[in-house]
Amino acid sequence: MVIKTEPFVINVGPQHPSTHGVFRMRMTLDGEVVVDMEPVFGYLHRGIEKLAEERTYTQNIPFTDRLDYLSSMANNLAYVMAVEKLAGISVPERAEYLRVIMAELQRIASHLIAVGAFLNDCGAFMTPILYMIREREKILDLFEMVCGQRLTYNYMRVGGLSHDISEEFLSALGKFVKEMPGFIDEYDQLLAENEILLARSKGVGILPKELAINISASGPVLRGSRVKWDIRKADPYSVYDHFDFEIPTGSIGDCYDRYRVRIEEMRQSVRIIKQAMEQLPGGEVRSQVLQRFHSPVGEAYGHIEAPKGELGFYLVSDGSIAPYRFHIRAPSLINLTALRDMIIGWKLADAIIIFGSIDICMGEVDR
Amino acid sequence: MTVTLSGREVASKLEKQFPGSIIESSEKNLVVRSESLLEIASFLKTTPGLDFDYLTCITAVDYLDYFEVVYHLTSLTHNHSLFVKARCYERDNPTLPSVVSLWRGADFQEREIYDLMGIKFGGHPNLKRIFLWEGFKGYPLRKDYLQW
Repeated sequence: MVIKTEPFVINVGPQHPSTHGVFRMRMTLDGEVVVDMEPVFGYLHRGIEKLAEERTYTQNIPFTDRLDYLSSMANNLAYVMAVEKLAGISVPERAEYLRVIMAELQRIASHLIAVGAFLNDCGAFMTPILYMIREREKILDLFEMVCGQRLTYNYMRVGGLSHDISEEFLSALGKFVKEMPGFIDEYDQLLAENEILLARSKGVGILPKELAINISASGPVLRGSRVKWDIRKADPYSVYDHFDFEIPTGSIGDCYDRYRVRIEEMRQSVRIIKQAMEQLPGGEVRSQVLQRFHSPVGEAYGHIEAPKGELGFYLVSDGSIAPYRFHIRAPSLINLTALRDMIIGWKLADAIIIFGSIDICMGEVDR
Repeated sequence: MTVTLSGREVASKLEKQFPGSIIESSEKNLVVRSESLLEIASFLKTTPGLDFDYLTCITAVDYLDYFEVVYHLTSLTHNHSLFVKARCYERDNPTLPSVVSLWRGADFQEREIYDLMGIKFGGHPNLKRIFLWEGFKGYPLRKDYLQW
């Protein structure tokens, strides 16, 4: 007897626990194997780029918190840096150091969620992510000490920071920095040699080096594919050129490499924070900038190495108090370009892991 | 440090290869004729010494008189970058050639520009709305867009 089979279409998401937000993958399956995939987004589109054109430069800072809501500090930093470039505003040195500390803490927090959620997708349900959330909680407590918020910080300002840190923050940060390497070792012990993780992620979802570059991937996705490109080194902003750190890269560009890169980046972030704490100068944390300042006519592109990749803001000014054009180069959206190439030919269960290894945040994809 | 190449110097190289393709060039600015955009992009990508292998970002700005599409190119090999701009003067049906054939990273970004700014990219493999739904009227990021 011959059974007639045909490919069928299945919608993964928009409401699905492993799509990390409201994202839909319209998959065409041949049995269990993915033969085609079309990503569908826009469910969280709030029109931030349009809204920002009607608000002053300072009023736009809270919007940036709501892009990648797992790394608000990094978004704040990228935006204020672009505005400072546009308007030619200088930043006190103490503020620069504190910005680096916040951005690196945020990188650890974001990578913890990325790694935890990735393992969740792999089938290690809830146990690893709870370990990760335990440490992330400490970072959120630190941020709460600094600005009173746990997710949407609105801490940075054009020309510095909203206010200085307290004495307690530094001692709490010191304790965290001391403990964190031990915790990262603990994850490594639990996971690096774990047979389930190795079997499910090694050699799965390979993104070749040339394709990664051609597709404009950035962040751990690019570095996982053996490209040593990190904006903190390639185009040092803030005071990153004062610190000694390395750029971890993968070997073949599979899901395991992307996971490894994130783990190693956390170690490097701890290293940077330690150095920044030692070198932290005194003084002001904010230069004198009017609340409603006029920016000179022109355009500027400011970019940083956010946890998920290159986050850039392209601003155009017509000389008024609000940006004429406000464009966000969102790493999550652009990294998703690679998804289709990576998952075709893999089984549905692997597709979920490959998608998880990109680490996206829908707030940033849809904006 | 990523070096931003001078628009004037690159323009003089391009002028030799493609006469009459440059509209405007200064230290920070390089505006090219939209008809020659694809050839220029391909030249920038493949010429040794330029090697713009990485398309960082594309975006569009509505200046009411014209639309300006900004290509931010980077070379990972030489660690330099360049802003290339192309203009569309027509408001009803602005069209530019798509660069997806050179840099596939342009795929979603061109769709985004089409969705929100209404610029069509000829040769794009899947040009349709990306964030808004099919059937949405108008292009919200245009300056003359009325919400109601």
